[in-house]
Amino acid sequence: MTTLTALRPTRSVSTAALYGLGTVSVLAALGLVRGAGSSSTALTVVVTGLAYLLLAFALVLAVEGRRAAVDRTFTNLAWGSFLLALVPLVSVIALVVKNGSRRFDANFLTHSLRGIGPRDSNGGAYHAILGTLEQVGLASLIAIPLGLLAAIYVVEHGRGWLVSAVRFVTDVMTGVPSIVAGLFVFTFWVLALGRGFSGFAASLALAILMLPTVVRTTEVVLGLVPDSLREASLALGVSRWKMVLRVVLPTAASGITTGIVLAIARVTGETAPLLLTALNFDSINSNPFKGQQAGLPSFVFAQAGQPQQAAVDRAWAGALTLLLLVLLLNLVARLIARRTRLKD
Amino acid sequence: MTTPVADPTVAPSSALSGGSTGRGDRVFFALTGASGIALVLTIVAIGAFLVVQAVPALRDDTTSFLTTKAFLPEADRPTFGIAVLVSGTVITSLIAMVLAVPVALGVAIFVTQYAPRRLAGLLGGIVDLLAAVPSVVYGLWGIAYLDRHLQSVNSGLNSALGWFPLFGDTGGRYGRSVLLASLVLAIMVLPIIAALSREVLLQVSPSLREAALALGATRWEAIRTAVLPPSWPGITSAIMLGLGRALGETIAVALVLGTSSQITTKILGSGGNTIAANIAQKFSEYAQGGRGALIATGLVLFVITFAVNALARLIVVRSARRRLG
Repeated sequence: MTTLTALRPTRSVSTAALYGLGTVSVLAALGLVRGAGSSSTALTVVVTGLAYLLLAFALVLAVEGRRAAVDRTFTNLAWGSFLLALVPLVSVIALVVKNGSRRFDANFLTHSLRGIGPRDSNGGAYHAILGTLEQVGLASLIAIPLGLLAAIYVVEHGRGWLVSAVRFVTDVMTGVPSIVAGLFVFTFWVLALGRGFSGFAASLALAILMLPTVVRTTEVVLGLVPDSLREASLALGVSRWKMVLRVVLPTAASGITTGIVLAIARVTGETAPLLLTALNFDSINSNPFKGQQAGLPSFVFAQAGQPQQAAVDRAWAGALTLLLLVLLLNLVARLIARRTRLKD
Repeated sequence: MTTPVADPTVAPSSALSGGSTGRGDRVFFALTGASGIALVLTIVAIGAFLVVQAVPALRDDTTSFLTTKAFLPEADRPTFGIAVLVSGTVITSLIAMVLAVPVALGVAIFVTQYAPRRLAGLLGGIVDLLAAVPSVVYGLWGIAYLDRHLQSVNSGLNSALGWFPLFGDTGGRYGRSVLLASLVLAIMVLPIIAALSREVLLQVSPSLREAALALGATRWEAIRTAVLPPSWPGITSAIMLGLGRALGETIAVALVLGTSSQITTKILGSGGNTIAANIAQKFSEYAQGGRGALIATGLVLFVITFAVNALARLIVVRSARRRLG
């Protein structure tokens, strides 16, 4: 009976045999690819993977039977997908570090692009870093309080038409493409209100993109705060708003902070809204409320679109700066999450 | 607006009522309610302002907005349409989904079912890092690195599978291809689909899987019969959300795709454009009229992504209702 043999296999493929199979696959792939007149490493790796998949299936089929062979194949596919997903991550980070370090120096971090042509080898992103910090900072000042309060409303009220409306809108806003957020701020702030392009207009667009993340994570974390804590404080005669501020929020603080930092990291890399709201600017503009202002993502986009190598080098250095900033924020979020007191 | 916002009698949390009902409470909950209203108004305003600004441009359009291929809103007789842009958006996103979905599901299954327990969190975090990389960085990587390597793949695909319409001859030019844009999009949506699916798979009670294993199922049989069936609605919704992200992605496509004003179905070469990338590329060079046309296309994108996301939400809500009976 098949079931019994599967439960108590008399013969099984040993780990050593699978290692041997791996070696055979590599050799077969090398032979095949070289034989076809190519020396591409990527192709060899792909062929090795396919060869291993097929050989492992055949071997396990012969020794343990069909069900075990199918099982082995899906195990291999699951491992394969994970390794495949790592390829772009490793490639992007390696290339950004390698190409970015060419121009990632003191000059780059302390100078703007004022008077620098695409051919010039100097010039930096100081103005863009400054712009990004101001734009993201202002966006956080708008989105964090608004998002926190809206989430508190949803969780602490729990019913009513506005609660379901806020829930629905949060879902819809999560899916708003960043370019649409930028277009909206352009039509609203620049065209309808006539305030002109500025760093603050970019902040408004970034705030729209941050809001749903802040509301959603706050909502989830506040939901994890046990009701017994609320009951205890109310029983002591504390008013509801004090209960929320002194008991519920502190209990949920680290979870909420993690969500907020991740939201900040996400909008720091947003390029599309900047192009429609702050445009781009080669000189330092430290006033986010007046005039065009560069941002680090729009700096990278503009430099990457130039054919000159000097400009492309600047784009890579900008990408490295941006990546470091975003990864740092993610690291901070993870460290805060470690200290989370609430577990679901 | 006379909402129950400031009314402390309907202020209780999920199950609580009572507590003191002083002025502080009224002010505090009025403030939270106002934030909720601000959120709702924002989404209404997005739709309204886009419509208001798109209408004049659409009125000036001398041809049919839906079927015209050309995009010349600044001409003396403005002629522009979304035929090329919508088809380009849909083609790149669909190919991206075909490439990303199997791998993303494989990653989610690997992290939740195959990876050693202690490493699961760490491995999930590594895939999340993929989502943290800004789109402009992917775009830069795409033109400066991936394009070069994909060209030989494209030419190989053409010579091996050229009979297949999508892999048709592109005149020997394989750079900045539709496939490159799709591949970059696929890499960008992969971590989103993987992370959302992972959450869904973790919701399945481990006892289901253990029961299947105890009945003599192999590891894969347990996953196929016990873990995946209750997860499908959630996974479908994760895929829809990924699709929504792919449709709206701007900068990476704007950097890597070689554009043209023709609808192209030959994905090994350049051609076509997407709504979002077109807006990013043209915005700074256009004046009032052209920007109006871009806003009209942005409105179309907003409607498409809205529909896709609403559908994703609907799937989750309906399956939750079915589970409750």
